[in-house]
Amino acid sequence: MTPRVELRDVGKQFAGVWVLRGVTLTVPPGAVLGLVGENGAGKSTLMNVLAGVHRPDAGTIRVDGADYAPRSPAEAAAAGIALVHQELNLFPNLSVGENLFLDRLPTKGAVPLRRVDRPRLRADAEEALAVVGLAVDPGRPVSGLSPGERQLVEVAKGLAAGARVLILDEPTTSLTRPEADRLFALVRQVRAAGKSVVYISHNLPDVLGLCDAVAVLRDGALVAHGPAGEFTEDRLITLMVGRQLDQVYPQRATGPTAEPLLELDRLTRPGAAPVSLTVHRGEVVGVAGLMGAGRTELARAVFGLDPVTAGDVRLGGELLAALTPAARIRKGLAFLTEDRRGDGLLMDAALTDEVSLAALPRHGPWLRPGRLRQAVAAAAIRVNLSQGRLDERTARTLSGGNQQKAVLAKWLLAGPRVLILDEPTRGVDVGARAEIYRTINELVKAGLGVLLISSEVEELLGMRDRILVMAGGAVRAEFRRPEFDREAILRAALAGRAA
Amino acid sequence: MRDLLTLPAVWVLAAVAAVFAALSPQFLTAGNLINVLIQSSAVGIVATGMTFVLLTAGIDLSVGSVMFLGAAVCGVLVGGGWPWWAGAVAMLAVGPACGLLHGLAITRLGLTPFVVTLSSLFVIRGLGLWVSRTRAMNLPDDFRQLATERVLGVPVPVWLFGVVLLASQWVVGRTRFGRHVLAVGHDAAAARKAGLDVGGVLVRVYLICGACAALGGLVALAQLSAVSPTFGRDREFDAIAAAVLGGASLFGGRGNVLPGVLVGAVTIQTVYNGLNLIDADPYSYPVITGGVVFLAVLADSLRNRLRGGRP
Repeated sequence: MTPRVELRDVGKQFAGVWVLRGVTLTVPPGAVLGLVGENGAGKSTLMNVLAGVHRPDAGTIRVDGADYAPRSPAEAAAAGIALVHQELNLFPNLSVGENLFLDRLPTKGAVPLRRVDRPRLRADAEEALAVVGLAVDPGRPVSGLSPGERQLVEVAKGLAAGARVLILDEPTTSLTRPEADRLFALVRQVRAAGKSVVYISHNLPDVLGLCDAVAVLRDGALVAHGPAGEFTEDRLITLMVGRQLDQVYPQRATGPTAEPLLELDRLTRPGAAPVSLTVHRGEVVGVAGLMGAGRTELARAVFGLDPVTAGDVRLGGELLAALTPAARIRKGLAFLTEDRRGDGLLMDAALTDEVSLAALPRHGPWLRPGRLRQAVAAAAIRVNLSQGRLDERTARTLSGGNQQKAVLAKWLLAGPRVLILDEPTRGVDVGARAEIYRTINELVKAGLGVLLISSEVEELLGMRDRILVMAGGAVRAEFRRPEFDREAILRAALAGRAA
Repeated sequence: MRDLLTLPAVWVLAAVAAVFAALSPQFLTAGNLINVLIQSSAVGIVATGMTFVLLTAGIDLSVGSVMFLGAAVCGVLVGGGWPWWAGAVAMLAVGPACGLLHGLAITRLGLTPFVVTLSSLFVIRGLGLWVSRTRAMNLPDDFRQLATERVLGVPVPVWLFGVVLLASQWVVGRTRFGRHVLAVGHDAAAARKAGLDVGGVLVRVYLICGACAALGGLVALAQLSAVSPTFGRDREFDAIAAAVLGGASLFGGRGNVLPGVLVGAVTIQTVYNGLNLIDADPYSYPVITGGVVFLAVLADSLRNRLRGGRP
């Protein structure tokens, strides 16, 4: 039987880094393929390639035996591939019916008066919604629908477009259990109609219960592919993680002290469980968890960027609750965001200006450029950033690793006591990683406390004194030095999802 | 009509009208109200085109200059012996041509609408000054008839304004293109993923804006029946203000033609008209108009915040 979808040696690179390598995979007609892997393993990239959002840099794809190389999502849709994005692609300012048929709204009338054929749109929409069993008025704006209803609208949209392959990327993250069950029934119904489904999820019991076959991606490569019956949850976790601990994590000579620096006492964000944790002087506390586990949100709340409904944050015993982020910086808190480009760095400013930004409040109202330059140079040496004349280069011209070092230098100038690092090595090459880790170790040795948020379990294992695992906005587990076990960590992170 | 009462500009307009009615006995006469409507037509037509652009989260700062270049071309041709209607047609051709260039610069060269139309604000006005040699030009009386003639008792500018409003409302609300404009304005990246021709939508939107600017210019020109070097200057701000008063969001995806633009344009013109009737200091006009726009936008923003929408 001709496979519905056949990927051969598909690869994709971003900025010279291969995020997808040699993926060879087939999906038969009338089958559901589960695609699993850790954050950043390349699942979404692979599906974006299939759906025409990205173009592959290597390999070929065939759909029903015919060559398939979409140049846009529109071409992919025309070939019968429909991708339902994790963050849905609906327009809340348009009606349900308009969303369903946006790219081919039915029209009537002669050319100057050609208009949307509303009765037909309504009839078509009602038919499409009936397929997914959703009873909403097609004339209603999407803004009034629940997340579950929106998900079904997306599926209806793909099916109404004549999709032969339906890709669902993390469809259940914002669904209630009954809504998810309804979606699964729909997926089985779609399969029974001879269409193929690719189902991406972190919820392994769901994947094993729903899918005919499972494929595991790790670091952009396919590590396993077979009938779902061949896998157990434990085996999937082992396959998803199974990486050798690299030699990039330098030994740290010093250990944590008993002196608490950063203390969270039942800190509660709106709609999330209270979180309590302590970072001591000279300690690295790792925070593990899946995307959406609430780690970044917690860091933002600690830094005063997001509202807090209850609980306290103390820095060196001092209450921070009423302070603005700027005041918290002055007290010695520093936050390196996960989005360097978006909110960590001024991409086109001279590095001197950039690096000195967070330290400006400490330099009084009048700047003394000479002193500032000296301070910047000293900080640059501390993070091993040697990029010629700092006042001539801009961040945009640096590699990801050097950009991250520049951000680190910026925060060191502000004289922090506690550093919150959110995914500090994302998109950073191995060499620069080692230097960032070495810098972290030196800072810890000098008495700082570090809260390290990372999606890479290896990184946490290599750097940590303790690891906390978050899921669903709450801390689910804590691992101390002797009991580190990467599978146990991943299991704890996944556990929150199944609930 | 439910839309009408939830539009803050309606309440602002009512308040402004009440103030002027109290201050001047002439304000509430039929003749004056018709007058306000005639005077609103030009800015209203330009604001209708602007609304299309604002719906896509873009902006067109050049509309005042497009009005002027069209008028300059028309003035030179008619002065050179062409019939008045040929001058009018030439003027109407200038608008879409400018709009097409804006659209192409924005979609093909990937430039931001603000920068493209800010530079063309200067370039197009400069072209107009060049064509007209900065002379003031008087137009024949035929031209003035365009502003004073009545059809079925309604002045021609009001007819034109009405037709543009109804046609635009129909395009936004009833056509495939109109729905695509709203989708692109809400999120251009999502619209691309949904398979829409985002570039094509944007080019057409700037084309429409240019065309409306030229037509609005023609109506204003007929009322003055003379081309002066300052014709159309600062009109982009009246047009943007009228569209924003009418509920258009500068972030795109939200706005309406009817009743929005009608109310917005009439509100601005009512302020000018009322200030004129009570013999206010001419230098106070911009301050008061600006204050009214600010109040209306503030009211709209508060309303959205109360409903939990984006500001």
